[in-house]
Amino acid sequence: MSRIGVVVFPGSNCEYDAANAVADLGATPVFIWHSADDLGDVDGVILPGGFAHGDYLRPGALARFSPVMDAVQRFAADGGAVLGICNGFQVLTEAGLLPGALQKNRGLTFLCQPSTLVVASTRSVLTRNAEVGQHLSVPINHFSGSYTCDDATYNELVANDQIVLRYLDNPNGSRDNIAGVSNVAGNVVGLMPHPERAMSTLLGSADGRVLLSGFVGLSASVSA
Amino acid sequence: MGAGVASSLSGVNYSVLVDVTLRAGIADPEGATIERALPALGFSGVGNVRAGKSFRMNIEADSESEALAKAKSLAERLLSNPVMEDSVARLAQEN
Repeated sequence: MSRIGVVVFPGSNCEYDAANAVADLGATPVFIWHSADDLGDVDGVILPGGFAHGDYLRPGALARFSPVMDAVQRFAADGGAVLGICNGFQVLTEAGLLPGALQKNRGLTFLCQPSTLVVASTRSVLTRNAEVGQHLSVPINHFSGSYTCDDATYNELVANDQIVLRYLDNPNGSRDNIAGVSNVAGNVVGLMPHPERAMSTLLGSADGRVLLSGFVGLSASVSA
Repeated sequence: MGAGVASSLSGVNYSVLVDVTLRAGIADPEGATIERALPALGFSGVGNVRAGKSFRMNIEADSESEALAKAKSLAERLLSNPVMEDSVARLAQEN
């Protein structure tokens, strides 16, 4: 059974949602406090949503200096599966593990609503169980989720098939409707929407399962 | 009076300001909203409003250039995200 680390920063608030989703898919979640300098024995690691270090300065700006991020960097460099959700995505961009940045939403409103995602690539650890063009209903819950990058970075994203998910109707003004990106290798992924909150039709949508099952499943095969 | 103030420590304390603004070409919804609000208050002819952040700090250094170099370095490493923001460090005027 795969073990998935869930990093907890001071100010994280989606770590239990992430852990419950992981457990629901048959894997074992393991909380990792941000001051840890080692991830321990895990097959994948999730940086959950919230407001790490109060989002002071910029979302993710201080979290990237938490000791655990050195361990996450090493894990990612070794090919380990890393997933940043919402604030976790912001942390990964600030840490340089993913390209681009997340700025304030167009319209300056906090967005808390369902969003329809379109799968753009199945090459990443998050989308390997999905199909290109598939629509997924997954909620968003953020103020700084507008994906931005310069032209050179954007061209690289396209050339390397790093755009993982797009919004159908771009609620936050992201460049090219981008909702999630991966690194070149596809083992590090970040997205603003919350797949861990789309695990049950009773609660609105179970479309997050196709994403997180891929993440958990690939992690298991990596460890085998 | 210059910005340098003698201290009991080895160097001199320089009062430094760092301004962080969104890079040209990056949409600035906050600045745009402020700009749209101005005509309603009777201010006309104001354009190109860009919102940003300002940081003031004391930096111990042996010279102005050393203080500014240190400020520039910390501004690029922490105070700004160079993907979307520019930073400028300058000596603060003494009051």
